Amino acid sequence: MNNLSIWQQLTEQSQMRWREVLEATSVHIQLVFFSMLIAIILGVFLGILVTRVPKLTTLVLGGTGVMQTIPSLALLGFMIPIFGIGVKTAIAALFLYSLLPIARNTYAGISDVDPATREAAKGMGMTSMQILFKVELPLAIPVIMAGIRTAAVINVGNATLAAFIGAGGLGDFIFLGITRGIDGLILLGAIPAALLAIILEVFFSSVERWTTPKGLKV
Amino acid sequence: MLKFENVSKVYDDGFKAVDSVSFEIPKGELLVLIGPSGSGKSTTMKMINRMQPHTSGKISINGKDNKSYVASDLRRGIGYVIQQIGLFPHYTIEKNISIVPELNGWSQEKIKPRVNELLELVGLDPKIYAKRYPKELSGGQQQRVGIARALASDPEIILMDEPFSALDPLTREQLQGELISLQKKLNKTIIFVTHDMDEALKMGDRIAIMKDGKLLQLDTPEKLLHEPAHGFVEEFIGKHRIIQNPELMPVIDIMSESVVTSLPQSSPEKAISLIRQRKITDLIIVDESKNLLGIVSAYDVIKKVNDIRTIEELMQPISHILQDTASAKDAIIMMDESPFGLIPIVDEENKVVGLVTRGSLLSALSSQWTETEVEVVAI
Ligand SMILES: Nc1ncnc2c1ncn2[C@@H]1O[C@H](COP(=O)(O)OP(=O)(O)O)[C@@H](O)[C@H]1O
Ligand SMILES: [Mg+2]
Repeated sequence: MNNLSIWQQLTEQSQMRWREVLEATSVHIQLVFFSMLIAIILGVFLGILVTRVPKLTTLVLGGTGVMQTIPSLALLGFMIPIFGIGVKTAIAALFLYSLLPIARNTYAGISDVDPATREAAKGMGMTSMQILFKVELPLAIPVIMAGIRTAAVINVGNATLAAFIGAGGLGDFIFLGITRGIDGLILLGAIPAALLAIILEVFFSSVERWTTPKGLKV
Repeated sequence: MLKFENVSKVYDDGFKAVDSVSFEIPKGELLVLIGPSGSGKSTTMKMINRMQPHTSGKISINGKDNKSYVASDLRRGIGYVIQQIGLFPHYTIEKNISIVPELNGWSQEKIKPRVNELLELVGLDPKIYAKRYPKELSGGQQQRVGIARALASDPEIILMDEPFSALDPLTREQLQGELISLQKKLNKTIIFVTHDMDEALKMGDRIAIMKDGKLLQLDTPEKLLHEPAHGFVEEFIGKHRIIQNPELMPVIDIMSESVVTSLPQSSPEKAISLIRQRKITDLIIVDESKNLLGIVSAYDVIKKVNDIRTIEELMQPISHILQDTASAKDAIIMMDESPFGLIPIVDEENKVVGLVTRGSLLSALSSQWTETEVEVVAI
């Protein structure tokens, strides 16, 4: 079997395992989706929080930054004692990875709002909440979206590692391919994962464009 | 209407930016705050809507302490215009102007016509500009929107912090003129911060001069020019003296025609009564046909009243005289050397036709300048 060309391997494997691929893709998407969902909610919240409480800036952005420097596999390893083996651990680790780009971009997007705009908003009698929702967030949205896009694309790649801790996903094929020395099997996991990353990239790019206020584009 | 009582501001870093300032502004007045950079003008202005809360003293609006309001409520009732304009880039012009009425809970049916009315008021055609975004407008147009936005919910007080400083000179003059005519229509109470004396003299009903957090003098432009209360005020005004092409302005336009004259044979008693009555410092002496003979100082007459029979004995010759064909600039130059601080103006037959004093020179020049500018801009 190892004498077959890589394309023959791929064709053979996909004919044999296409159901499994679909299933793994679905698991993969779920891993990405849920980890991103939590990361977006918490990341945006943390990003906003540090613009309001400057003292927390170093702690939050530094802390999430450190998280990102831990190698993905090591992070997964650290998580096992807490969440055990499986999907929960994978989601927790993927979430921690995605947190920094989102929190950092939210913070940057809000900080970048022209101080004159903020001063005018305050001077006109907007409350802090009104300034946040009517002025700061709408103006920061493109930057926040860019952070989410970056996080999502990285997340798809990292999610392949979830297979190592038994959380499934497209990493299963890559893992299997490596241990059995079947390159076609590796591609069977890598190609859908890459496609998924490209699709997310394109999707969030258009969301980014779509949410950018018209007044900023003219 | 608006009252400051011993108001001070100490910033968190311990710096005292405003030092026990007291003043009162009646409704409908445009008060200019002027002074060098860092003198506390902006801080003084921002304490009114609590963008910078004061640390001691009391600020009251219509008798009510401004600390008794919720800050955002207070600000909603006061127009706010800043140098950097600060329009919301993600909102259309229409939406930018609607903000305060919306915050105040106006209905959309009421806001829409109000926006159009305001755009027209500041000289922007709603059909063209309502749906545009701030970036599509020039700086001058943006600040017009800034003013419209501040006027939107018809506040009694408007704060303007160097609103025209960032604009090119032509646009600046245009907007100054328009604000003056707008103010005539709307009769708002306006606090206008500037560092430009020309602008202050042009805009202000009264001008407050600040330095190092202290209010040095608050007076009408004329009073400031005539009677600067402080060496610094004099210097500050002097530095910015508002003389535009005085060489083109005939001296007869700025002279006073009601010259108090006396005959040389007049008695000192009669002269004193004239001096008191007309509140003058010097008496111009002429003959029966109004030919200029000399000058008698009021001080001398009062001192020597018992020693003389006629005031001719105290008469001194006048060396600094101008023909009625001279320009205002000639008067300005000569005034500096004139020992009496005044210059008689004579016609070709040496008859006295008018008098220029230091005071009349300054006030005539400043008001002349202001008036012509207003006319030019109002068309
Ligand atoms: N937020 C602040 N914290 C500390 N000092 C300030 C602050 N704002 C202004 N100042 C200081 O207060 C003084 C007056 O400032 P400001 O009122 O802005 O002056 P002006 O408007 O006359 O130029 C300046 O010396 C300035 O450095
Ligand atoms: Mg200032």
